[in-house]
Amino acid sequence: MKPSIQIDGKPIPFAEGQTIMEAATAAGVYIPHLCHNPEFEPHGSCKLCTVRVNGRNCSACTFPAADGQEVLNDTAELNELRRTITELLFVEGNHLCPSCEKSGNCQLQAAAYFLGMVDAHFPFFYPARELDGSHPDILLDRDRCIFCELCVRASRDVDGKNVFAIGGRGIDSRLIVNSPSGRLADTPVAATDKAAQVCPVGAILVKRRGFEIPIGERIYDRHTIAEESLEREEPIVESRHD
Amino acid sequence: MERDENERRIVAGIVENHGRDAHRLLSILREVQRELRHISPRAQQTVAEALGVCVTQVRSVVEFYGFLSAAPLGKFDIRISDSITDHMLGSRDIAAYLCRALAVRPGETRRDGRVSLALTSCTGLCEQGPAGLINGYAIPRLTPERVDRIVELINNDTPLGDWPGEFFAVEENIRLADRLLGNPVRPGTPLERVLAQGREAIFKEIETSQLRGRGGAGFNTAWKWRFCYEGPEEVAVCPPGQPAAQAERYVVCNADEGEPGTFKDRILLQSHADQVFEGMTVCAHLVGAKQGFLYLRGEYLYLYDRLEAVLAARRRGGLLGKNILGQEGFDFDIEIRLGAGAYICGEESALIESLEGKRGVPRNRPPYPVTHGYLGKPTVVNNVETFFAAAAITLHGGEWFASVGTEKSKGTKLLSICGDCSRSGIYEYPFGVTIARILEDCGAANALGVQIGGPSGTLISDKEFDRRLAYEDLATGGSFIVFNRTRDVIEVARNFTQFFAHESCGFCTPCRVGTSLLRNLLDKIAEGHGATGDLAELSRLGRFVRGASHCGLGQTAANPILSTLERYPEIYQARLKTIDFEPGFDLDGALATARRLSGRDDANAHLSQS
Ligand SMILES: Cc1cc2nc3c(=O)[nH]c(=O)nc-3n(C[C@H](O)[C@H](O)[C@H](O)COP(=O)(O)O)c2cc1C
Ligand code: SF4
Ligand code: SF4
Ligand code: FES
Repeated sequence: MKPSIQIDGKPIPFAEGQTIMEAATAAGVYIPHLCHNPEFEPHGSCKLCTVRVNGRNCSACTFPAADGQEVLNDTAELNELRRTITELLFVEGNHLCPSCEKSGNCQLQAAAYFLGMVDAHFPFFYPARELDGSHPDILLDRDRCIFCELCVRASRDVDGKNVFAIGGRGIDSRLIVNSPSGRLADTPVAATDKAAQVCPVGAILVKRRGFEIPIGERIYDRHTIAEESLEREEPIVESRHD
Repeated sequence: MERDENERRIVAGIVENHGRDAHRLLSILREVQRELRHISPRAQQTVAEALGVCVTQVRSVVEFYGFLSAAPLGKFDIRISDSITDHMLGSRDIAAYLCRALAVRPGETRRDGRVSLALTSCTGLCEQGPAGLINGYAIPRLTPERVDRIVELINNDTPLGDWPGEFFAVEENIRLADRLLGNPVRPGTPLERVLAQGREAIFKEIETSQLRGRGGAGFNTAWKWRFCYEGPEEVAVCPPGQPAAQAERYVVCNADEGEPGTFKDRILLQSHADQVFEGMTVCAHLVGAKQGFLYLRGEYLYLYDRLEAVLAARRRGGLLGKNILGQEGFDFDIEIRLGAGAYICGEESALIESLEGKRGVPRNRPPYPVTHGYLGKPTVVNNVETFFAAAAITLHGGEWFASVGTEKSKGTKLLSICGDCSRSGIYEYPFGVTIARILEDCGAANALGVQIGGPSGTLISDKEFDRRLAYEDLATGGSFIVFNRTRDVIEVARNFTQFFAHESCGFCTPCRVGTSLLRNLLDKIAEGHGATGDLAELSRLGRFVRGASHCGLGQTAANPILSTLERYPEIYQARLKTIDFEPGFDLDGALATARRLSGRDDANAHLSQS
């Protein structure tokens, strides 16, 4: 017998060493996520992927699958929790969806639609974090950052440049840049770097690409984030565990 | 230019003294801060270059820890404890008085660079507040008279070393001793017993004692040590029964004690440090560790030299170092590492990150520190009191300890009692003691409620004083704060909620954003702008933060709100406005600018909100 877990009562096989998220993705089961991207080491910070494992809340992206686990994923309660997380992320930053270049390609926006978020619900924080437009090809708007650290991981693990890190603490956290001046222009980052491409929201944008694809024809204008994620991420999961 | 060069030399020297070891980044930065009163961006660059790490690593650490600063602090840096117990003793008035007398505002450095002042989280001097820190050194019992003297000393630029010693005298206040405090062990005697009886016999004694960790979560200590000894599968390469000699193991004593209202570890380290180190050494022998750390919270800097002296004496006495008690191959030593003002570093995996020179962000689990801890190696992390008890158990046996207490909570527990009572201090009780009995002993008449286990614990009301201290009923790390009927429970919850919002590490969304939202919402209600819907929202958001957060901080951050909402709903109700909805801002106030610009101030230029 191959080891398996149950997700919402459905048996899902897994390979030794896989997380719940990886097992689910490989089996075509979508677990909402933002800070997770199968190309990188799991991070476990956004908590959108919260599932119930044998009665306890766990992050599917970091929690190892173990034979016989009973996992709840697509329940009203968990989806409400996830919707609240998207609301929190929206009020924490300044998200200007209608005029954001990332609109329609943004995973935060798409996850919020998927989870049925209709308004921000909470009072906005209106942070005023410094915007960095110094780089000729890349714009960094810290107020749109959701602290997923995908750019941190990409720059460190793929580009080998260590351009980004998180500074501050708590609600005063913010993305910082590795150069004596603290400005992006003084780092070796390039628009072709993984770190410049990977941001799931509109915090790191490659300049002059704004409306290459018109609104209405963008990724999540055509597919839900669930469809898109399973399509794109399943082959990656498979290659990771070949 | 010369000053720059001088700064560079100082910084480079400090890095050199630490062997250019990036794991020691926090210690390095503490020293730079001490020497130069801040860690300037240039100094950060120098540190980064000397260590061969990114400047972002240095900067992110500087920004994470409350006691480090990128902007210059005063030559005299004052921090006043903002814990609820200090409030109750008048800390806010003292802080305001100090600010006036010194002509400095909170969070600012005076223009001449002589003095800076800020509020800080609990300093662990709850029973002798209002308390503060001056250049990191604890200064209890601040009175207006004392403050006048301090202002004079500062204005005369008297070096801290020449200040009256009594200013820095921290009392012990042990009020009730039971089997642990009543039977302190003589240094070396537990270790002799370990060597005489052998590892397995002592493991058995610890098992028999059923000792559970005293840091709050109450994990079985014998099991933790056993797991560490056995190690993860990948290092268990040795024959069974033998620890893998080549695999490093570490023993860490968690002396971060940041839970407001807790000060028992402070007193153990002040008066019984030898026994705590003895417990660590016993553990090291059982699990096969050669290196130990005492992670001492920055607020207890005043203990540092004394603790170093105890360690030195133990080395001289053959109780630490190579071949302990003459036993070939029994090598173990302990290094003290200071924290720098971050409550989250008490969480064991955040503590380990901090030991490794990083921000105190809790790791993903599994794997747990006991198999993948410091530098990824098996690591035991235990509370100060756990090691203190383990040393006594080693000497007197497990049965001796387990013969008191309750079914699931054996032995005795140290409590630090403060707040509205006439005899605050340290009390040792067998588990199972009732709250009523404790209140009587500490002289708490007219109590309205008791905060048990600190802000992350529970506030119980006067209807529950027959409840018992035990894992079966009320678990506790040792904090016991009494509130009498003159206190406002909403203010209590508010102080605790602000504490958590301030101390959230910011890693996960629910806690980073949720604790701030809870704080803001509670402020709104406390200030009389709340409506019925806000109470429902408070409780819904509280349950969300509890269920969705990454670590114990976020999982307990809503406890003050949830436990007071449940017990004192009428107090919250009474604070509400009667309308169904109340905006979070002052509508009429928002029109003030428009009124001024238009020169209008008639009735129609005002908006009423209720
Ligand atoms: C936010 C947070 C703060 C903590 N602070 C402390 C502390 O100051 N001291 C402590 O011993 N344990 C603290 N703990 C518990 C530790 O993570 C850990 O469980 C404990 O040190 C284990 O020791 P024990 O088994 O002896 O209790 C804290 C936990 C959390 C979540
Ligand atoms: S900038 Fe983008 S990728 Fe980087 S942490 Fe923020 S949201 Fe994530
Ligand atoms: S719960 Fe709070 S303290 Fe813990 S990891 Fe999340 S943000 Fe950090
Ligand atoms: S996707 Fe798992 S925590 Fe973010």
